[in-house]
Amino acid sequence: MKQAELARRVGISTSYMNLIEHNHRDVGGALLAKLAVALETDVSRLRNGAEAMLLEACGAAGEAHADCMPEMAELDDLAERFPGWARLIASQHDEAQRATDLLRLLNDRLSHDPYLSASIHDVLSSVTSIRSASAILADGSDLDPAWQSRFHRNIYEDSQRLAQTMGGLVSYLDQDRSADRTKALPQEEVEQWLQEHEWSFSDEDHAADCVAQNTWSTQVARHMAETYAATFIQDAVDIPVEVLKPLIETLGPDPLELAWKTGMSVPQIIRRLAVLPSETFPDGSARGAVACDASGTIIFRKPVRGFDVPRFGAACPLWPLFQALQRPQTPLVNTVRLPGEGVEGAMFDVHAFAEMEFPDGYAGPPLTKAWMLISPATDDQAQAYPVGLSCRVCSHSDCKARREPAFFASE
Amino acid sequence: MPGRVLLIEDEPNIIEAIRFILSREGWRVDTHSDGRTAVDAVRERLPDLVILDVMLPNRSGYDILNDIREIEEFGSLPVLMLTARGQSKDRALAETLGVDRFMTKPFSNGEILDTVRELTGA
Repeated sequence: MKQAELARRVGISTSYMNLIEHNHRDVGGALLAKLAVALETDVSRLRNGAEAMLLEACGAAGEAHADCMPEMAELDDLAERFPGWARLIASQHDEAQRATDLLRLLNDRLSHDPYLSASIHDVLSSVTSIRSASAILADGSDLDPAWQSRFHRNIYEDSQRLAQTMGGLVSYLDQDRSADRTKALPQEEVEQWLQEHEWSFSDEDHAADCVAQNTWSTQVARHMAETYAATFIQDAVDIPVEVLKPLIETLGPDPLELAWKTGMSVPQIIRRLAVLPSETFPDGSARGAVACDASGTIIFRKPVRGFDVPRFGAACPLWPLFQALQRPQTPLVNTVRLPGEGVEGAMFDVHAFAEMEFPDGYAGPPLTKAWMLISPATDDQAQAYPVGLSCRVCSHSDCKARREPAFFASE
Repeated sequence: MPGRVLLIEDEPNIIEAIRFILSREGWRVDTHSDGRTAVDAVRERLPDLVILDVMLPNRSGYDILNDIREIEEFGSLPVLMLTARGQSKDRALAETLGVDRFMTKPFSNGEILDTVRELTGA
């Protein structure tokens, strides 16, 4: 029986069951009795099992700190005479192990942080291209004017891209992690976890296992992950991929058409499309999505290659996402062009929709959330309007919507 | 005698620069940007050397290298891998999969030329 199912049968959350399983919570009374019934055993066997687990955990702590020469032969006696101290030893060993794992994770952040990894790749690719083009131009041999022009253009484009990427990296690495450290980390942690699982889960049990098996730094992050998983599973139940894929083939990946055909909401369709694998789509390209609340704060990010949603700080105010906020329940579709790259890969088709909810009925304020689906542009000759990722790293110097100067702007 | 190179890379400006410097030395350069069909491109083009980027859309260069090596006729096809990350574990993985040379970005035009000549004996 899986942990999630056992938790459901005895009426507690999966997260609490996980705490019990890892000896972070005592169990007794009615709950212990319910567990015994669910596991088809008796209470005394469960108690003995819990003691065995405690001894095992204390034994592991002793082995990990063998240099302290703990009296391992006296472990049974310790657990029997001083169970609280035994639980303390086990708990501290577990916490130390979690901290070590987290430190290892942070030390190898480039491997585990998709934003850093992608940004470093972009920087090095831009530098490589600039280096090669510069060397070709500088080697002194006769170069056809058309080639000279092409390589000058390439250097210009890669310089723009480099500036933009470096700006994003500076913002990302230069965050204030002192006072609000614990608040800044949960969303990062959840996004990393989602990236590792490719934003999808096969079923409810799989989602619960993925939440339970991850080492969460905070309960806030864990709760956020559970919320996402529950939403995803509900979306998948409401519109399975077996139903959605043929509709995409006939109607195209248009969230409005698909919502109309399926009876689902546009945000739900956008969420669904954003997490489907690339082979679901006729063009073989995965989709991205971003969502914000009424304050414009980004509450969901699923990036797509070439369109990086800022991790911290405000996004570009020209995004259709924010225009949709001003016109709830009105679908928007645009083709946008990002700065700093060549024609290929810089254009995206975006569908945006804002939905209002009234959780407190007539008495409370409406809550608005906007969603934007990001797809590779279908027509690279289409009329596209320029947007950026964030003012601080945007090279559109004459943008009327600019909120702050770019970090690389001259005085 | 320069032969045929297949460049599997999705960065347009890098493609243009490498194609230029190799073509100028007499190499025939074919390019391919989609990781999913890269192995098909190797079968079609029958290059003397493959230059393979690690980070490609839809498929990693490591998977592509693995598939190339599983085809008997390409067991000894020279493969030069390009990557933005040069950690020892990345290099070790590439060597396990049968790469002939592992080059980290940014590289110079001279390095590319010298390595291509060395791996093909041209």
